[in-house]
Amino acid sequence: MSYTISDSTMDDALDAKVPDGPIQEKWDNHRFSIRLVNPANKRKYKIIVIGTGLAGASAAATLGELGYEVQVFTYHDSARRAHSIAAQGGINAAKNYPNDGDSIFRLFYDTVKGGDFRSREANVYRLAQVSNEIIDQATAQGVPFARDYGGLLDNRSFGGAQVSRTFYARGQTGQQLLLGAYQALARQVGSGQVQLHNRIEMLDVVVKEGRAVGVVVRDLITGEITSHSAHAVVLATGGYTNVYFLSTNAMACNVTAAWRAHHKGAYFADPCFTQIHPTCIPASDEHQSKLTLMSESLRNDGRIWVPKDREDARAPNDIPEDDRDYYLERQYPAFGNLVPRDVAARAAMRVIDSERGIGPLENGVYLDFKNSIDRLGEGTIEERYGNLFEMYERITDEDPYSVPMRIYPAPHYTMGGVWVDYNLQTTIPGLYALGEANFSDHGANRLGASALMQGLADGYFVLPYTIGDYLADWLNTEPVPTDDPAFTRAEADIADRTKRFLDIGGTRSVDWFHRELGKIMIEQCGISRSREGLEKALGEIPALEQEFWNDLRVLGDDMSVNQSLERAGRVADFFELAQLMCRDALDREESCGGHFRIEHQTEEGEAKRDDENFSFVSAWEWSGEGEAQHLHKEALAFEYVKPTQRSYK
Amino acid sequence: MDLTLRVWRQAGPKAAGDFKTYHVEDVSRDASFLEMLDQVNEALNAQGEEPIAFDHDCREGICGMCGVMINGTPHGPQRGTATCQLHMRKFSDGDMITVEPWRAAAFPVLRDLVVDRSPFDRIIESGGYITAPTGSAPDANLIPVPKDAVDSAFDAAACIGCGACVAACPNSAANLFTAAKIAHLNLLPQGQAERWNRTVAMVETMEEWFGSCTNHGECETACPQEISIDFIAWMNADYVRAQFKNPSKTGRDNL
Ligand SMILES: Cc1cc2nc3c(=O)[nH]c(=O)nc-3n(C[C@H](O)[C@H](O)[C@H](O)COP(=O)(O)OP(=O)(O)OC[C@H]3O[C@@H](n4cnc5c(N)ncnc54)[C@H](O)[C@@H]3O)c2cc1C
Ligand code: FES
Repeated sequence: MSYTISDSTMDDALDAKVPDGPIQEKWDNHRFSIRLVNPANKRKYKIIVIGTGLAGASAAATLGELGYEVQVFTYHDSARRAHSIAAQGGINAAKNYPNDGDSIFRLFYDTVKGGDFRSREANVYRLAQVSNEIIDQATAQGVPFARDYGGLLDNRSFGGAQVSRTFYARGQTGQQLLLGAYQALARQVGSGQVQLHNRIEMLDVVVKEGRAVGVVVRDLITGEITSHSAHAVVLATGGYTNVYFLSTNAMACNVTAAWRAHHKGAYFADPCFTQIHPTCIPASDEHQSKLTLMSESLRNDGRIWVPKDREDARAPNDIPEDDRDYYLERQYPAFGNLVPRDVAARAAMRVIDSERGIGPLENGVYLDFKNSIDRLGEGTIEERYGNLFEMYERITDEDPYSVPMRIYPAPHYTMGGVWVDYNLQTTIPGLYALGEANFSDHGANRLGASALMQGLADGYFVLPYTIGDYLADWLNTEPVPTDDPAFTRAEADIADRTKRFLDIGGTRSVDWFHRELGKIMIEQCGISRSREGLEKALGEIPALEQEFWNDLRVLGDDMSVNQSLERAGRVADFFELAQLMCRDALDREESCGGHFRIEHQTEEGEAKRDDENFSFVSAWEWSGEGEAQHLHKEALAFEYVKPTQRSYK
Repeated sequence: MDLTLRVWRQAGPKAAGDFKTYHVEDVSRDASFLEMLDQVNEALNAQGEEPIAFDHDCREGICGMCGVMINGTPHGPQRGTATCQLHMRKFSDGDMITVEPWRAAAFPVLRDLVVDRSPFDRIIESGGYITAPTGSAPDANLIPVPKDAVDSAFDAAACIGCGACVAACPNSAANLFTAAKIAHLNLLPQGQAERWNRTVAMVETMEEWFGSCTNHGECETACPQEISIDFIAWMNADYVRAQFKNPSKTGRDNL
């Protein structure tokens, strides 16, 4: 199969609505110029929020506090369980409490540079601006961030930054931030302002006369399919990393909500921008169901190395210093073990590809704490990373206090997602996307501790303002009734699709297909990509997808808990997404951030960007069943951070 | 290793359930308990029998979604470990393992090993928060908090809400869960304004749903986060003080 580059031009119709003015003033000006909904009118509006991760819970709680009537849906059994709960390392903010030279501008600069100049400057600047308020907000809610002996907040450093700006709560920062947001949401639920629907999966966005008017959902306990209408719909449904099957994401993470919106007209942006995290526990066997992250913060105190000699079979502690290759410190003296994730992951991959990997399957590198333990004592290391060390030991049966950890890169995060403008509105008016579900702030590579920041920025401080500007038009209108054909048609489509999975009656399980899809994706559209491999994948995926629709076996019915049925719908959407990711990766004839095309590298094997031709966001428009999506391009301009070849040497 | 499983199968909330026996072969010692169940489910699906429904998500011991009784013990034999983090190396070849859902009146079975734990959310909604509407917060370093206070608050805040404490308790009490949240918030300076009302509201909501604590201490043993039952004593003390003279009226902890 051969493939031609998509035909498209820079797209004026794709208006990012970035406000005018100097970057420092854009957000202020914008907040002043957009329309507000007056407090007494807010209760006249209904808003649907899908998802209760950091982005969804913070948005729903805040919208409830403001007086909107909010309905929230999550497929989890409680709002507290969202994937955000698993974030370990921390959250960035430009507080500059350590007085080490940080500022809003520096956080902005680092994030744009870290994203390899593929993000929208104005969004990133706003993110840096509101970062400080997030820390204040979370602290007021009782989030137990780490403190020093004087009782003030403590910071650590994280990959891709030379300042300490990361706030953390042991190795459970996501848990504590999510509990803060969940509790704020619970307060609204308790007061009746917000209605929360658990174990309900959203399966379609309903669009009428070009705007989002509601959703269709399926009750995961009873199978009942129902419609819900509102003045606006907010998706905060997380990322799509599980397209790779094996990843650090929670098992249920999926693209369905975003993908259904894409079918209804929401453009999908930069799908090939995915992040492989350098420090995860290597897979141990065939039955492995997921990969476990070992927080990047470990790179602060751990040193990464492999034996110099690939034949070296000695136990790690028996290998003397001189026979070790601390390859990150050697290749990147300025940042050493703290280079950004994409750089660290590729360096590990190069080592393993050159057959210097360690461990039973030769699929890892060492992350060694010996020097830090000698310097700081085991107590300090335990205080910083105790729960991670325990988790490591439970999984591998090895004690990282005495034997170096074994780590390996694994799929972790998706920078791509639903295209949104500066207001976080998608290309469907009235439909918004927040958190990992949107594409906006991280460009081609996300820096550590920035996803929590972005999810909470979107939910607490951005959407609650920007949504008012849209709602103002619909004052004193009733939401579209749910017996409208737009709703009943969508309900019927979902009922058909559900039946279709049950009726295939084939031989293979959903997980089998998912695992096979994952293998193709990690091989061809993972840490490195090539034209040849992507073209191969674009041949293999549709064939596997065909087999899925012919040979899937989902037992049971659609009127009770049926977990295979839930997964079937998600995997069906992953098949479509996977093809778009490969096309996007093929089209992007450059390397940038997490997107590494082997055809485009420097002599030292670093990513080689092509700013002249690829300084844009690719935004794909659904063109109908069986048709190839159409590519739109949002041009990116860099006025404040001049694109340079990223260097961490 | 080869194993025999006795697994609780129940088609729905109203259906009667019973144990079914399955033989599983070739389980890797490095597999997690849930990966072992995945393997069983693959085999069941291949044989045309519906897979066992069980809750799980993060598989890292943090989301609190997983949790089953393994040989009568919540989350199984390894202390301080959620079901998803339990690995098969803790079992031996030839073992017979009984797998059941949490058993508690407040947690009805939805299917097989899946239960409804939503009463936990009711407890939080009744007062398990600090009122701090978005935008109202002062600078985070305005109020220094002693490190020890934060550390204790954290030990309580680490609760993952899995329900093992309730499942372990002969009375199906939720005191450890409730106490952990009350302690997290009541120990912090930010939590003082609502301390007494929070305690009363949460304890009373808890009592609507769950049994009474008679100090068996099984909850602490079962807790995957090893949360201490000292927090229960602490909650009880706060509850008594809140009843005895409602300090919320004075805004002072003046007893
Ligand atoms: C192991 C791990 C560690 C991490 N550590 C860090 C870190 O230290 N710092 C950092 O900044 N970032 C970290 N990240 C990234 C970060 O955790 C996530 O990007 C972020 O939490 C995503 O939040 P979210 O609110 O966008 O989505 P999620 O938390 O994924 O929430 C999605 C929500 O949407 C709901 N949902 C989805 N689809 C549907 C549907 N169809 N119907 C109904 N509900 C639906 C789900 O139920 C859930 O409530 C980490 C990620 C992983 C995997
Ligand atoms: S699956 Fe999340 S705690 Fe076990």
